[in-house]
Formats: sequence, C-alpha cells, structure tokens
Amino acid sequence: MRSFLFYLVSILVGAAFFLFARWVGNDYLFFAGYTVLQFIVLATAWNILGGYCGYVNFGSAAFFAAGAYSSVALHKLAAGIDKIFPESLAGLMNMILPLPIPILIIIGGIVSGVIGLGTGYLTLRLRGAFFAIATLALAVVLQTLIVNWDFVGGSRGAYIIRPNDIPILGSYIQYLFLVMLVLSVIAIATARIIERSRLGYGFATIRDDELAAEACGVPTLRLKLIATTISGALMGMAGAPFPYYIGYLEPSSAFGLAYAVNSIAMPMIGGTTSWVGPLVGALLLGIIQQVATVTISSAVNLLIVGLLLVGFVIVAPKGIVGLVQDFMRARASDQGRPTWRSRLAIFANMRPGAR
Amino acid sequence: MASPLLEVDNLGKRFGGFVALDGINLSVTQGERVGLIGPNGSGKSTLVNCMCGTLQNESGTVRFDGHVVDGLAAHQRTHRGMARSFQLPRPFTTLTVSENIRIPLLYTANTRRGAHLSLAEITARCEELTGLVGLAAKADKLPRDLTQVEMRKLELARAMAAEPKLLIADEAMAGLSQSEVADIVALLIKLNERGITIILIEHIMRAVMSFSQRLVVLVSGKKIADGPPNDVVNNPEVIGAYLGQ
Repeated sequence: MRSFLFYLVSILVGAAFFLFARWVGNDYLFFAGYTVLQFIVLATAWNILGGYCGYVNFGSAAFFAAGAYSSVALHKLAAGIDKIFPESLAGLMNMILPLPIPILIIIGGIVSGVIGLGTGYLTLRLRGAFFAIATLALAVVLQTLIVNWDFVGGSRGAYIIRPNDIPILGSYIQYLFLVMLVLSVIAIATARIIERSRLGYGFATIRDDELAAEACGVPTLRLKLIATTISGALMGMAGAPFPYYIGYLEPSSAFGLAYAVNSIAMPMIGGTTSWVGPLVGALLLGIIQQVATVTISSAVNLLIVGLLLVGFVIVAPKGIVGLVQDFMRARASDQGRPTWRSRLAIFANMRPGAR
Repeated sequence: MASPLLEVDNLGKRFGGFVALDGINLSVTQGERVGLIGPNGSGKSTLVNCMCGTLQNESGTVRFDGHVVDGLAAHQRTHRGMARSFQLPRPFTTLTVSENIRIPLLYTANTRRGAHLSLAEITARCEELTGLVGLAAKADKLPRDLTQVEMRKLELARAMAAEPKLLIADEAMAGLSQSEVADIVALLIKLNERGITIILIEHIMRAVMSFSQRLVVLVSGKKIADGPPNDVVNNPEVIGAYLGQ
C-alpha cells in the first residue's frame, strides 16, 4: 500500500512538473530541470554506497563520464559505419544504429556497473580515507584514458549532433527531460527498495561495524560489491544521455569537479540514511545552482555548494532529514497514537533508530 | 563418545616475530560448557578469532561439526553454526536493539538449510530473544541508550539469533558487578540447557568456576592445562603462571 502510494505520488509529481513546464512553454525550464534531475540520480546513486554502506566515493565523475563516453563511442560508431564495418555487416549495423536514448542508458549503466564492480573488487579491502583516495585515483586514470582515445575525440572533445525534434513531444530537450525524469524515479525507487530490504540492513551493518557484521553472518565483501555495482551503474545511466543534452563533450567537462562535489554534497546536506535525503539535497542545491547560474553566474555554483556543505556539517551533521526527524521524534513520541508526523516518518522510512 | 563438535588441531598464529598461538590442541564435545582462562596477552582472544575466522591461522586446522573450516570467511563459519560475542560490545550503533538482533536472523538463520523465515516469524523470534535476555522493554532503543550490562546482553542475544551450535563468549562479563555477573552466568547456563555448546573466555574466576564443566588454561600462546575446574586451579603450573614463581 505504502509502495503503491509512493509510486503514485512520484509519477503525479513528475507529470505535474512536466505539464507545468509545457504550459509555461519555455524550453529553458526543461534545460534547467534536466540538470536538477540528473543530480537527483547522481546523489541517490552516491548515497547507496556512501550513505548506506559508509564508503565515501570521490570518483562519481568517473562513473558519470564512463556512461557519457559509452554513448559518445556508440554515436561515433553509428556515424562511421561504412568505414568501420565490412560491407556485409554495414547493412545490419545501419538498422541497429543509432541506438535510441533508453538503450544508450542501459548500455551506459552496464559499462559503469562493470567499472564499479571492478573498482570495488580492487579497492574494497581499503577502508575510510584510503578507499576515498582510490576512487579519486580511478577518476584520474579514466580521464587519462579518455583524453588519449582518439575515437571519442580525445582532448579535443566530441560533437554530438542531436535531432532537433522528436515525434509526439516536439522538442528534443523535452524528450531528454522526460527520460531523465523516469530515470530519477527509477533511481529513487531502487534506493527505497534497497533500504527496506534485507540488503539495506546488511548495508547498515557494514556502515556500523564490519567485523560484527561478519560475525552475524553478513557476507560483507559480496554486499559491498553489490553496492559499488548498483551505485556505479546508476551514475553511468545518469551520464549516458548527457552528450545529447550538452551537444559537445570534452573530458574536462565530463570529469568535472562539479559532479564529484555535488554528488557528495547533496546527500550530505539532505541526509544520508534515507532515500529522501539525496532527493531533498539534490532538489535544493540543484535549484539554487540553476537560479544562481541565471541571476549571478555559473562560476558561483561551487562556492554555494561549498559554503552550504560547511554550514550543514557544522550546524546539522545529519542533514535536513536528520533535522526534520529530530523534530518529529520529539513531537510524535509523547502520544501513543500515530500522528501525521509519525505517518510521514514511516512513509519516508525514517526508522526510529536511524541516525 | 560422539565425535567432537569443535576440534582445534596444532593451531599456530604469529604476528610478525611474535608467536601468539603455538600448537594449540583443543576439542569440545556437543553440549559441553568449557571455560578458557589465561593471563592478559596469553592468546585467548587470538584463539577465538582464529576459530571464528576473524583471523586466519597459519598452521594447524580447525574442524567444526565434522568439516575443516580453515580458510572460510567469518560469515561462512557463522552459517555453519559458530557464533561469538565480542570482548568489547560491538553493536550496530545506528540500528535499534531489535534490529540488531534481526541481522543474524535475516542473514544466518533465514538462509540456513533452505529454511525461509516469514516476516512474522522473524519478528516473533526477535521478541523471544529480547525477552530471553531481558531487553524487551528496550527493543526500540538505540544501543547508545543501553547500560553496560544490557549491551553485553544484546551482544549475547545477537550471537544467539544466529541459532548457533557453538557459542563463544569472549569476556562477556568484564567490568560488571557481582550480581550482573550472576545474571549473565545464569543466562549462559539457560542457553546451554537448550543444547548449545558454550566456550566462555573469562577473567572472573568465580564466574568461570560456577559455569565451567571443564577448564582450559592458555599461557603465552601455549595450552598448559585442560581438565575439571577444581583440578586445574590447583595445578602448580597454573598457579605459577598466574602468581609468578
């Protein structure tokens, strides 16, 4: 029942925003909204490893870029069919390529998921700061590889000519927005399902005490690999449509600092124990950044994120969700009956014990 | 006599140049209550860690329930029916008391021998265990709200939730008052009556003497005595190890 309500609400909210933006009739709203949605996916993905398992990933940009560049590679493949494939195959490939965006997202997810699995296998014996440094190193290694890979443009970057419009919806940006909207619902639903499952409890024990988790029969290594794979795959899925959105992709923008910083800051500011946290954090920071880009300058974006992060770490280390939770616990516990606050708490899976 | 539940054969473990365990032999039969004592640094906890898979032994073998378990990870040994409590309580700090107990139910009891517990069964088992150790009133509290003795009880309850054949209690009573020690001993004996084999590692002699059917003494990584408690404590070698010669 609660799950049904959750899906209903998320679909309604998404549809309402989409229709509202169409009603306003300004494509910039879709353009800005896409970025916010993309950060919802990234923040939620980061939180699966960082928030639930307690492993801080500084290499989000690498997973994001891996998804983006898998799309670029497939796009280039489609553009150069006659040169790359023998004649016998060219006809067949012409039928398959270019791939539609949803397929690209799946492929980007697989590529980044495999990278996540590999990274996890190599680095998860490391703990704390050492794991964080290893993920940072991964981003550097991957960026170097891409810079030296001529097929996807190397350091010059790659132009992606996207179609101007699309049947039914009209403008292509609306289509991309819709795709990202669906993706963010999928990401949040994934996080929510994990949180309520056996897997979520397992992740929490890894965050709290790995030795005790092992003693309780939790296969910690396997669970950590599952977490890196899911987290990496979702980040790659967020990156896959990006070249079509931006039109021109170069390594320094795909591996930009903004992705790594935002995907950490958003869950931290929102709160890391529940799927609500990254959502709230991404909406808040994403919208502030979009507004700042229009009114001040895009250069202040990272400054805003940095200041907010410092502020929250000092004032509310548990994030917005933590603040709300403390407020609700204080009010909801003194009567035995469920109140709207405790119902909301249950809906958002803010267990009484959660940090 | 039936084949032993746990058989440790010539177990050795070093940390660099320091020999922590040197050729330990130990066998425990089903249903037994064994006390393991020794001065600080004698290798008791290392032995527990090697048996449970937290550390891997370098030489010798550990055989549990008829199978060699060397090289298995800690969680695999837990699945086979070995459970432990830690010397210093290590609760999952962000989970409530009942959720702490839920973890081994979900991950061990749930998957063993294809038995699948329903959500209701898990909840019932949780309530039963919190009741057994007397934490029912605090089931929804966080570990930080517990007292030391309650924390130890939680530690035992969590180990019990895995439905072990063998429970290894590593200093479950250190730092507790006399009546609290009596509480825990009574609890352990109650568990033993349910058919669980228990190895108790302890410094408090009163507790060890009242609990153990057999006493094993470790001194600097070697086993120096093994037998009925009263014989062992009168063994001149043991007295020498504790008081100095």
